[in-house]
Amino acid sequence: MSGPALRLAVELDGDGAHPAAWRRAAHSPDHLLTPRRVARVAAAAENSGFTLITLEDGALPPGGTPDVVGRIGAVERAAFLAASTSVVGIAPVVPVTYAEPFHVSSQLASLDHISVGRGGWVVGEEERPEAARVWGRPHVDGEAARARESRDGVEVVRALWDSWEDDAVIRSVATSRYLDRDRLHYVDFTGDAYAVKGPAIVPRPPQGQLVVLGRPDRVPAGQLDVALVEGRDLAAVAEAAAGAGTPRTFAEIEVALDTAHATAEERVADLEQHAPWTDRGRLRHIGSASGLAVLLGRLRGVVDGVRLHPLVLDEDLPELSRLVLPHLFERRLAVRPLPGASLRTHLGLERPANRYAAGPDIEALQETR
Amino acid sequence: MTRTDPLDVPRPDAQLHFGVFFQGVNHWTIWSDPASGSQIAPANFRRVAQTAERGLFDAFFLGEGLRLREVDGLIHELDVAGRPDAITQLAALAAVTDRIGLVSTSNTTFNEPADLARRLSGLDLLSEGRAGWNVVTTDNAWTGANFRRGGYLDHADRYRRAEEFLTVARALWDGWADGAVSGAVGAPAWAAPGAVDRVRHRGTQFDVDLAPTLPRSGQGHPVIFQAGDSGEGRDFAARNADVVFSAHGNDFDDALAFAEDLRRRLLAVGRPEDDLRILPGTEIIIGATEAEALEKKRWIRLQQVTPATALGVAGLLWGLDLSDRDADGPLPKEDPVVAENDGSFGARRVADPRVVVAEWREKAEANGWSLRETVIALGPQRGHVGTPAGLADRFAHWVRHGAVDGFNVTPYLIPDGLDDIVDLLVPELQERGVYPTEYTGRTLREHLGLREPLTHRSTTDGRQAG
Ligand SMILES: Cc1cc2nc3c(=O)[nH]c(=O)nc-3n(C[C@H](O)[C@H](O)[C@H](O)COP(=O)(O)O)c2cc1C
Repeated sequence: MSGPALRLAVELDGDGAHPAAWRRAAHSPDHLLTPRRVARVAAAAENSGFTLITLEDGALPPGGTPDVVGRIGAVERAAFLAASTSVVGIAPVVPVTYAEPFHVSSQLASLDHISVGRGGWVVGEEERPEAARVWGRPHVDGEAARARESRDGVEVVRALWDSWEDDAVIRSVATSRYLDRDRLHYVDFTGDAYAVKGPAIVPRPPQGQLVVLGRPDRVPAGQLDVALVEGRDLAAVAEAAAGAGTPRTFAEIEVALDTAHATAEERVADLEQHAPWTDRGRLRHIGSASGLAVLLGRLRGVVDGVRLHPLVLDEDLPELSRLVLPHLFERRLAVRPLPGASLRTHLGLERPANRYAAGPDIEALQETR
Repeated sequence: MTRTDPLDVPRPDAQLHFGVFFQGVNHWTIWSDPASGSQIAPANFRRVAQTAERGLFDAFFLGEGLRLREVDGLIHELDVAGRPDAITQLAALAAVTDRIGLVSTSNTTFNEPADLARRLSGLDLLSEGRAGWNVVTTDNAWTGANFRRGGYLDHADRYRRAEEFLTVARALWDGWADGAVSGAVGAPAWAAPGAVDRVRHRGTQFDVDLAPTLPRSGQGHPVIFQAGDSGEGRDFAARNADVVFSAHGNDFDDALAFAEDLRRRLLAVGRPEDDLRILPGTEIIIGATEAEALEKKRWIRLQQVTPATALGVAGLLWGLDLSDRDADGPLPKEDPVVAENDGSFGARRVADPRVVVAEWREKAEANGWSLRETVIALGPQRGHVGTPAGLADRFAHWVRHGAVDGFNVTPYLIPDGLDDIVDLLVPELQERGVYPTEYTGRTLREHLGLREPLTHRSTTDGRQAG
């Protein structure tokens, strides 16, 4: 199949997608939660040519013993990486099942300022009932209820991003005004369970709106820029992508590659002795780099991009970087991001107009000329 | 190092600590000057933090305000506003600085302890032990309108919640044994069995039952700052804080009285009296001569207190809309209207406006001041003005007499407002032996010369405490 070149995203939480990935990591466990490690993995992904890094998160420990039980918050990692990378997009997973949307909006808008327009947001969910206790809130029970929280949360966050018009800071010496209150807006959101007044305390993000990614069955299509679609085979992915109704679609792919030391099968089998690789109903490629390149080539035209979930970051990222991505770039099956452009630009998405802006004020425009 | 002071100085070896407070909302940051840069561009945060680090500052601070300020229901337009989320911004600065502490002001009312403790821990780990938390309380219903909970907390409950909040946060920070995570490739388990304690807390404010997700940093956990001036606030600081961010930094006697009051409160709760650092917020204006410094101060005040700002400040005092008056004319004839403070313009509580207005009238008449001149002369007095040598002498005197442990400097210009402090004042302080000549430690706790975190002190291995 053919179509526009793919955009490549990679998930970089912990030591990899497998719960026991830490056992094959190139470092000791106590290096996982250090800035050097966080920065090094992201630098590897950026240098390979990925367009987007995503960072999984949740308020509870990521797994149970004997596996990894520690995790630095994704927003903090994302901000740290925004300052230590220069081209790649960065999207933390942030659930709004219990969190305060006002805080989430500020944090993500700040990420976009810090990264000068490279920010994204993967809308997550807190599924485990214990998470409610973390937040001191009643349990949000069931998929429908969680989806409602996500819908309202995303709505508030997005409205707050627009609550400052782009030119709300006027610095008008003549009138002594730093802000123009006519370009600031109360969002006055009222949902089933809560209300939020606004405006934001952070000026509008450089991208206007960060790129919002999420599962199309969990967040309304109208609120997503990128649907993360799942399916065990190409046909299932194609069907999910066709029905997503979002500007862009990315296929979720779990990846284990052959390395010089062990085949992909052997590596997976090694980790399976310790824990099962949770089946989420996603495409999975266990095998050679060339096989992965063929699979990705077939996804061109089916989806706009892919998000790879490498089995073990320390093993699979070098192979991706050495063999897979160069091949895709050479054949123009995928594109590298260019320095100086926003994540939206990299994904071919326009900078959205502000929902509150009254359209161009011709007189004001002429005055400033 | 030469020490020229006589030995009867109470604290001959005292060292001055500097922090920089990057203000997000206020009229003291001049925005109208061509040299004034963006308040949100990441390059400016980096520039200020790196300049402060060059000047061996202990800490870079960010404030917090969770709603845009309003006057009479209208968004206040005159002052700088619009700032990043503090912890998010500081996590970015962790990547581009090496030594300076990174302190977030985060309130305990519109946050949850498990979430905030985790965010601060993340900052602490990413900065390798340089995080601080300035604990503030907010109780106004007006801010609550931005949150799911709404304005739910009584004024009387805010420190009760803050205290319990801190108890939970510390328990979460102390939940991992030191060395909990294996240092060996090929270890049978990622963390040693039983090395992470579940935190079970049931109190009047919080009901938590949770396995914390992060290990301790090199400084144990974030350094606790407190900013609040009431008796309740000071007692809270005495029980909990490592550093007090005070508003008593302009007048020596006032600063000393505040410091002595805090030391009494420390002793009363069983802490050594040198257990707390006191860093008042201040502004520092430097000139080559005294006259030049005073002239610069006058220019700065006129930029800060524009006619519109003067009318705004006076309007808050009078409780009236004065925006259509003449700032260069006389004071309003009306008597002030005493109104309830709803928090929409910050937490400042003016004693009795009638008394203040009477004093303003008297001084304005005696000196022939306009309204604007009166606001400049009698509004909140800020900071220190002088030559580098004169300021260094003064600060050495203050710190050696125990009035302060240092200052939290608010630059009046972003991003270059720290340059002359670092280039001109710091060397003078170093010459007097009251300022470090290099970073000796790595963590914020080490920079400040603090003991172990409070929860770690009562047992020898420091772990089961609290
Ligand atoms: C120097 C200083 C800085 C402060 N900065 C903040 C801030 O950034 N955000 C905030 O919400 N409150 C801030 N406060 C307000 C205090 O946290 C507190 O709410 C206020 O002083 C009233 O409390 P009190 O009654 O104990 O004095 C600051 C206070 C002081 C003295």
